[in-house]
Amino acid sequence: MDQLVTTLFNGLSLSSIYLLVALGLSITFGQMGVINMAHGEFVMLGAYTTFCTQELFANFLPEQVGSIYYFAAIVLAFFVTFALGCLLEKLLISKLYGRKIDSLLATWGVSLILQQAVRTIFGAQGVNVNAPSFLKGGLAVKGVTFSYNRIFIIILVAFCLVMVWLLVNRSRYGSRMRATMQNRPMAQCMGINTKKIDCITFGIGSGLAGIAGCSVALLGSVDSTVGQNYIVYSFMTVVLGGAGNLFGTVIGAAIIGFSSIFVENYQSASIARAIVLLIIIIFLQFKPSGLFTVRSRVLDEGV
Amino acid sequence: MKKGLIKKIAVAAAALCFTMTISSCGKAAGTGDEESVTVGLLHSLTGSMAISEKAVSDAEKLAIEEINTAGGVLGKQIKFIEEDGASDPSTFATKAEKLIDQDKVVTVFGCWTSSSRKAVKPVFEDYNALLWYPVQYEGMEASENIVYAGAAPNQQIVPAVEYLIEQGYKKFFLMGSDYVFPRTANMIIEAQVKAAGLEVVGVEYADMEQTDFAAIISKIEAAQPDVILNTLNGSGNVSFFKQMSEKNYTSEDYMTMSFSIAEEEVTAIGPALLTNHLVSWNYYQTTDTAKNKDFVAAYKAKFGENRVTSDPAEAAYINVYLWKAAVEKAGSFDVDKVIEAIESGEISFDAPEGMVTLNGDNHHLAKPVRIGEIRADGLIYEIKSTPAPVEPDPYLTTYDWAVAAGIQPLE
Repeated sequence: MDQLVTTLFNGLSLSSIYLLVALGLSITFGQMGVINMAHGEFVMLGAYTTFCTQELFANFLPEQVGSIYYFAAIVLAFFVTFALGCLLEKLLISKLYGRKIDSLLATWGVSLILQQAVRTIFGAQGVNVNAPSFLKGGLAVKGVTFSYNRIFIIILVAFCLVMVWLLVNRSRYGSRMRATMQNRPMAQCMGINTKKIDCITFGIGSGLAGIAGCSVALLGSVDSTVGQNYIVYSFMTVVLGGAGNLFGTVIGAAIIGFSSIFVENYQSASIARAIVLLIIIIFLQFKPSGLFTVRSRVLDEGV
Repeated sequence: MKKGLIKKIAVAAAALCFTMTISSCGKAAGTGDEESVTVGLLHSLTGSMAISEKAVSDAEKLAIEEINTAGGVLGKQIKFIEEDGASDPSTFATKAEKLIDQDKVVTVFGCWTSSSRKAVKPVFEDYNALLWYPVQYEGMEASENIVYAGAAPNQQIVPAVEYLIEQGYKKFFLMGSDYVFPRTANMIIEAQVKAAGLEVVGVEYADMEQTDFAAIISKIEAAQPDVILNTLNGSGNVSFFKQMSEKNYTSEDYMTMSFSIAEEEVTAIGPALLTNHLVSWNYYQTTDTAKNKDFVAAYKAKFGENRVTSDPAEAAYINVYLWKAAVEKAGSFDVDKVIEAIESGEISFDAPEGMVTLNGDNHHLAKPVRIGEIRADGLIYEIKSTPAPVEPDPYLTTYDWAVAAGIQPLE
């Protein structure tokens, strides 16, 4: 029983991490159709922002406020990566709309540049992010320990998910965004500044990656390659769920996260990875466009 | 107009190529002149291995500088050409060939990972050149053309397991990254533990890029080991120890003995998560010898007060001095004569870790073994050491249990 609860919690936790990384991608890749290979590097930059905030707080502020640094880091990470995302969109991606392979290569180049830049500034060994004191340790309930980190990440993901849903489906900006993505010329005719929409949308997707960076910094190492560890899984999550569908991304993350943990309980980590990939391949044989598909003119045209 | 421009560029490029060829010819001839001799340094300056290898390349430069100040080798100043292996075995092989064949260096100090060493080994053997390798490794190798200054398994892994058995640990859990070093190490550990009549309760390998250790930790919980033998490499260590701590586990719940965590790695993981955990090496920054005080002071003075010295850096430093000793014994830079000097078994050096002697038969070092404990200040303190240097035995032929288990190199 304990074993089962632990497994379920681990699965939920892993799914939530994949979901958080994939959430930004579901916007930039799912909605906008940009294959952004630098998405993982935005995650990495979010993690480094967390580190910088931690150091700033430790050096310039009294100790009592020390552990609230983490909340400041989340906000800062969002804005730093949001700004960089907007910049990347303006300088590079906006020139490459409709040229998927080119944007794939260009953003891959950007990812290498960002990795080397971070390595030059911070060193390749990786930096040390300490969990804030209120997230240290775990809650023990009848022999099962639920770590505060992971509980916090699950709550953070739920919060981000609700915010994204509200933004896309309930806000004025969201309807403009959907209009732009579904039928650009018509949206332009209606007086929507689609270039601005593109830029901000890409920024939001990148900003979400920054928030994901804050949470992965709690769980593992913060070094220049940390984003690479998540990028493949997050693309798989979005593809499995069906590009452009938020609910699909949630289900995609859950399938990948839970199946990884369940398989790994009985097999080695490498086999678990292979089996999860196999599940995805088989799945996509029957549902080539993912679990949930959005019908829109853009997809019909195959742009 | 445009054609004219292209033509100009082509001419300029041709001229550039020509001058480069000329100048590289000049270099190739310059393996040394009356006053100097050139050696090669071959480490990853870029890519994921860069920071680890930077420490060893720094230590080599420090040794070269010290030797030059003291008058050089056979009256010649040492110059070096540094090449970047870029964390990629095939690049290592190409650059090794370049250093030997084109730059005509007299010897090469280099490599870190076993895969890079295995990639350059045929190059050094084909050209009959000499490589000085600075890192502990899985053993099962002894090339004529390589000197191994790091620990063989019987100078790191085997004594560590002996120590744990002595301390009364009974149930062992083996965990490592999925590649050649951890797999060979675990094969050795399993044979040793079983021969002592004790139990290995689990063996797990993590993917090199693994970030989530929740499943492995629940397997550890289910197996209830007394001690975890950790051969994880790189960032996996950070994730593992962070995720152990979030379950409130400390060394009191699960003791770990790690084989790839030295001072540099402790800083990156965070000393708080590692306090009281065990490691096994031949050298620590805190090792109490007069030579080490000088070495640490010189290293910090040259590279910065916040830098730490570690076992691989110290071994790299030793390598340069051993090469000097071998050259002086041979009275020549000629590789055959230097190898002959090495094989006399009389080359030794009073190193920061203590006296080390180069074994003429297998090109490894006899060196002391130290079990260390990580403390809150991020340094490692010796808790037990061997009274005398341990003779290297890369194939474990002097251990009955290893012979009985038929341990073979994984290729």
